[in-house]
Amino acid sequence: MTKPTGLVQGTLDLLILKILALEPMHGWAVGQRIRQMSGDVLQVGQSALYPSLHKLEQNGWIASEWAASENNRKAKYYRLTRAGRRVLDREAAQWERLAGAITHIVRT
Amino acid sequence: MMRLLTIVYLRIRSLLRRSAVDDELAAELRDHVERQVAHDVAAGRDPVEARRAALATIGGLTQATEECRDMRGLHVLESILQDVRYAARQFRRAPLFAVTAIVLLMLGMWASISIFTFVNAALIQPLPYAQPSRLTAVFGRTAQFPRSNLSYLDYLDLKKQNEVFESFSAIQGGGAALTTAEGTERITAPRVTDDFFRTLGVVPMLGRDFSAGEDRPGAPATIILSYSAWITRFAGAADVLGRRMVLNGEPHVIVGVLPATFQFAPVEPAEVWRTLRGTNGCDRSRGCHNLTAIARLRAGISVDAAAAGLGVLARQLEQQFPETNRDQGIVVMPMTTALLANTEPLLATLLAGAALLLLIAAVNVASLLLVRSVGRRREFSVRTALGASATRVARQFVTEGLLLVIVATPLALVAVHFTTGALTSLMPPTALARFWYLQHARPSATVYLFACGVALGAALLFTALPLSQLPIRRSVQTADGGRGASGLAWRRLGSRLVAVELILATILLVGAGLLAKSLYRMLSADIGMQPERLALVQVTLPAAKYANPEQVAAFARQAIERSAALPGVQSAAVSSMVPLLGGNTVWIRIGGRPDNGEHNEVHYRQVSAGYLSTLGARLIRGRSFDEHDDASAPGVVIVNQALVRVYFPGEDPIGGRLFYARQLFSASPTSKPMDIIGIVDDVKESPLDRETPPTIYTAFAQDPTTGFAVIARAARNERALLPLLSAEIRRMDAGVVAYGARTMSDVIDQAPAAYTRRAAAWLAGGFAFAAWLLAVVGLYGVVAFSVGQRTREIGVRMALGAGRASVLGLVLSEAGWLAGLGTVLGLTVSIGAAMLMRGLLFEVQPWDLATLVWVACVLSASAMVASYFPARRAASVNPTEALRAE
Repeated sequence: MTKPTGLVQGTLDLLILKILALEPMHGWAVGQRIRQMSGDVLQVGQSALYPSLHKLEQNGWIASEWAASENNRKAKYYRLTRAGRRVLDREAAQWERLAGAITHIVRT
Repeated sequence: MMRLLTIVYLRIRSLLRRSAVDDELAAELRDHVERQVAHDVAAGRDPVEARRAALATIGGLTQATEECRDMRGLHVLESILQDVRYAARQFRRAPLFAVTAIVLLMLGMWASISIFTFVNAALIQPLPYAQPSRLTAVFGRTAQFPRSNLSYLDYLDLKKQNEVFESFSAIQGGGAALTTAEGTERITAPRVTDDFFRTLGVVPMLGRDFSAGEDRPGAPATIILSYSAWITRFAGAADVLGRRMVLNGEPHVIVGVLPATFQFAPVEPAEVWRTLRGTNGCDRSRGCHNLTAIARLRAGISVDAAAAGLGVLARQLEQQFPETNRDQGIVVMPMTTALLANTEPLLATLLAGAALLLLIAAVNVASLLLVRSVGRRREFSVRTALGASATRVARQFVTEGLLLVIVATPLALVAVHFTTGALTSLMPPTALARFWYLQHARPSATVYLFACGVALGAALLFTALPLSQLPIRRSVQTADGGRGASGLAWRRLGSRLVAVELILATILLVGAGLLAKSLYRMLSADIGMQPERLALVQVTLPAAKYANPEQVAAFARQAIERSAALPGVQSAAVSSMVPLLGGNTVWIRIGGRPDNGEHNEVHYRQVSAGYLSTLGARLIRGRSFDEHDDASAPGVVIVNQALVRVYFPGEDPIGGRLFYARQLFSASPTSKPMDIIGIVDDVKESPLDRETPPTIYTAFAQDPTTGFAVIARAARNERALLPLLSAEIRRMDAGVVAYGARTMSDVIDQAPAAYTRRAAAWLAGGFAFAAWLLAVVGLYGVVAFSVGQRTREIGVRMALGAGRASVLGLVLSEAGWLAGLGTVLGLTVSIGAAMLMRGLLFEVQPWDLATLVWVACVLSASAMVASYFPARRAASVNPTEALRAE
């Protein structure tokens, strides 16, 4: 499990927000989903994942609650808040612009 | 909004329920690990190996936990709490230091906050009237008396013609004889115009104010009670309105009661407020000035504009009535200036003294902290080596200093609460009446604000000092315990601090010395009489019964005879005024000189034949009155030296003539002539710290008055005479009011000039003593500390052959140099400070040599004693032990 670089740390927030926009889930599931959806390219360790989750929660963009999971163990589930959805839209647009510009330069 | 609330809730939860939050995080991370293991096993990995891989990430767990905590954003707050707990533990381990520091701080803060409470009550808190900044006091002005009263007729004209005041009222202080079932007593009962309270913006809390026209002659006799009179005389009865009080033989109806907070300083303690109802001769004479005027400015008019406007009117009156109003100007000043002018310099000086004491206390505590920090340098080096950042170490200092301040401030405030009441109860009632605002001096919001400011300043001092000297970067090298350069740096700072303390202490000592000397000079100044063993009582004869001057003169004669006949009395006399308490003035014209219509205003007393001898005044030339100078004989008058200096320079006035008219205060040639028969050396007839004005003394038998004082000289115990005198007067006529029985020494002691000087000298002396103690202890501390640091060096010296005496000399000379520098600098600064205090000094120069020398000697001696003990300890060091010790 690699620790992401600084640039990807901020992007990790974006990924988490997007994942949680699809459906609420607990921390481990978020990490798994990112790995699945990126085709094993992005592997997020808990040393990066949980600090991000907590930061997002402290800023009020995601909310948490303890609930029973599928095997009846208690897990902390996160969901996206309204403010989080606004931030997601904003950051996603920002990322599109940024990535597009970089790709454009790299490709020439 | 919801987001904000959520954020706040989360932060608070992180702070307060920390362990629960931590447990939650740990549970979450454990859950993650379990799920990872389950996932790996399900994917076909060996369970044991999966578990091992998961456990290998435990390190990451710790880091994740730390980072999560960081993300919670409360790191700073938690570390501050940690600092505080650590500082508190340190103090618990060294309780003596902590207690000393807190007590010192408390002392300095208590002194400064107490004084500030009084300053606040006197100067900063507004007067208990509506919009007091728009109120002014209006006085008359002549060449001899820059602040005098106005006459009733002048007041009426000014009121009618002016355009600068929206309200203009007047008051005459004075008393009245109150007749009750128990007898007759005198109470303070000022007379006012009908709109007096309206001008001040004060509304009676019970009943009504005076109505328009209630101050005209012939109006019904109505009075308004003061709040304290209502409580003490009527027990706060709700039905007091409509009841009557008999004043000067006339029933007055009570129509109102004033609010409890109302005061009018110049006439306090007033019990009953009457209206003018101008019935006596003075009210009908334009030349008789008996009223003090107050006025409320119209919107948009300034004090200067009002003064200019009234000045124009005064000049018009001058032209209209040249006999009475010539050379008479008007003075308009803000009411606060009029009421407080005398006390501002005193309060300012006391505040400065308290501030200096606070500074010394703070510096002392700072040097204590400094000494402790030196002892803990090793600890700080270790902490830095273990990874503490420079800010973190510095913050530890800051926290300790702040903790001391935070503990000391509330304690000081509590002490102030208790002592303010005690201090006001120490003041004699006459002084309390004069400084009436001090009665209500109580810690208020402004005072708390000041206390916070003081605490902040102290905290800043405690943080700035150690921080400036903390060689953080070098602290690793100095783990050896203080030899070398940084040790010297600490010592230098300690010396500088003590030098500052010495300078401050010198200032306070010099100030106190000068004030004490002023007080002594004033009290031992020549007042022109022998005040010891004199008893006096004041008497008012009811005007109705004693309408004929002959009756008054006869009563006075009898009073003198019967008083002189009392056991233990050597002689007795009467005088129209009590000596030292100022008095009436009159205009005179000197016979044989051209009358240009100018007003020669002089003080004037009506005295009996034995007055000068009873008082022990010195007759320089001529003769005093005797029993032949009565109503049938030619008029005679005695003048004082001051009058001779002003009006007869280089001449002999005896045999000359003076003219005056008491009733009409006009100096027209038809007034009664009087022969000058004697010159008396100046008797202090007015406040102690002012020059004696020109005064004339007329014979009581020729010129009696219904209000006078009976003065008796006792052979031994004058205080025992007081009840005898009063009783004798009452035996002569029960309707006569005898009041104010006291000895001449009492009059002198309670005179405002003496009282304020005495209070100032005592307070300054207290501050100076505390400052001296602190400075000397500080010096001892620094020398002892320095010696402790230099044990090794001393050991080396002694091993190399230095004797005990030379080591002693070494330490003493260094201490002496420090003390000397501090004292010399302090004396220089003190002279400057004393110049600022000039107004309070009486016949003492700010650079008074005796005081400076005395202070220098005291400080040098105590400095030598303070440094002797550590010096002796240094000299008795065993060289081998010193070289071994680290």
